[in-house]
Amino acid sequence: MAKYLLLKHYRGAPAAVNDVPMDRWTPEEISAHIQYMNDFAARLEKTGEFVDGQALAPEGTFVRYDGEGRPPVTDGPFAETKDLIAGWMVIDVDSYERALELAGELSAAPGAGGKPIHEWLELRPFLGAHPTITE
Amino acid sequence: MDETLLRGLTPSVLGILVRRGADFAAAEDAVQEALVEAVRTWPAEPPRDAKGWLVTVAWRRFLDATRSDTARRRREDLLDEEPPPGPAPAVDDTLQLYFLCAHPSLTPSSAVALTLRAVGGLTTRQIAQAYLVPEATMAQRISRAKRTVSGVRFDRPGDVATVLRVLYLVFNEGYSGDVDLAAEAIRLTRQLAARVDHPEVSGLLALMLIHHARRATRTAPDGSLVPLAEQDRGRWDTGAIAEGVRILQAALARDRLGEFQAQAAIAALHADAPTAGQTDWVQIVEWYDELALLTDSPVVRLNRAVAVGEADGPRAGLAALAALDDTLPRHTAVAAYLHERDGDVVTAARLYAEAARKAPNLAERDHLTRQAARLNSARRSP
Repeated sequence: MAKYLLLKHYRGAPAAVNDVPMDRWTPEEISAHIQYMNDFAARLEKTGEFVDGQALAPEGTFVRYDGEGRPPVTDGPFAETKDLIAGWMVIDVDSYERALELAGELSAAPGAGGKPIHEWLELRPFLGAHPTITE
Repeated sequence: MDETLLRGLTPSVLGILVRRGADFAAAEDAVQEALVEAVRTWPAEPPRDAKGWLVTVAWRRFLDATRSDTARRRREDLLDEEPPPGPAPAVDDTLQLYFLCAHPSLTPSSAVALTLRAVGGLTTRQIAQAYLVPEATMAQRISRAKRTVSGVRFDRPGDVATVLRVLYLVFNEGYSGDVDLAAEAIRLTRQLAARVDHPEVSGLLALMLIHHARRATRTAPDGSLVPLAEQDRGRWDTGAIAEGVRILQAALARDRLGEFQAQAAIAALHADAPTAGQTDWVQIVEWYDELALLTDSPVVRLNRAVAVGEADGPRAGLAALAALDDTLPRHTAVAAYLHERDGDVVTAARLYAEAARKAPNLAERDHLTRQAARLNSARRSP
């Protein structure tokens, strides 16, 4: 089994094929989209492939240590240029192929007009722990 | 095995041990061991006096634990001090536990955890699940809290206001896994109300009961938010509302108004209205004025602006809103709502979308996005 992180971006990823801001959808389209994602997570829970998932707020801040006795440096909220992460899901699957398949499925969540968004999701493998037994 | 009975007895047993001179942390460990023993042996041999049994076993465990060369002298002193057997003392130690768990030296999260453990009798595992943190994390938080209050004497009454704040924090968490924290907070506040004669304790209990009565209708089956005006009032728990209102009226009659009573009064006015349209907004604005005097909280003034918008029209609401800092949480959402009611759909849609980006949780974000989408799609279709 291998764990993968699926990252959804607010900004930073290439534009989706069906790229319409969510507030331009109809309320029913929004419901259908949310339902799709919930169903997806529920199905992965049943197959034992779901680990965790969370949505993130759009405002983030970069923070850096600025020397002894000084407050940390921040770049302030609402930075417009950063690559921003909207949320993540962690899955635990048998193979890279299965991870790709699931990421593709999640990217097909319906959007405006009930058509798939085709949004770009980032798929990142977890680095595993050092194995105790070498094969 | 009656787990509720055990949980109910936990705080008074713990209180007795601490008053006899046991350190809080050691007493807590001893009580937990006695509870484990009770779960093991009671099914076969139920005790005649459950509380007396727990006190005896816990005290014995405490003495065992402190039995060491360095603790010998202290233990002998404690044995000397041990009160003669007899009926449980009339002094109510549970109340002291409430104050101890809300001690000002504890952070809010520690105070909440310690209250649930010591007064609520919940296990560390249950508390961890309710707060969605790993059990090891919660165990650490609780033992740090115990160390912080260790050595604090049981001789001074604490501040009721701090205890109420802790209980309110528990109530607002409200996860429902193994433990429903909202229901747990109500149970604890009831216990407190039975022991403390203070109108604000009644105020908080009334507030919790009335809010809790609407809980099932606040979210749709798919988890989405249902605003107050659209909730199915037929599904509100009228028994809980009636009890809350009765408790509130008795408290208000004592003429010592506090913020929880004022909040409960507002909740009661909402609960009283047969339909959202029949809500007595004028009176609600008056209560918000009282509340603003009591707390001077910007959130109260924001809520007041909503009530003014209902009582005197959206323009009046927007005027009240203009006086407030627009970086307040939910300020944008309120502005969007008032602009929509004022007929300015374009501004409202833009503000709803902006409010959605600032929303503090997913349910609220989705709700606000839907509001923006509703207005935008209505504008497109003729």
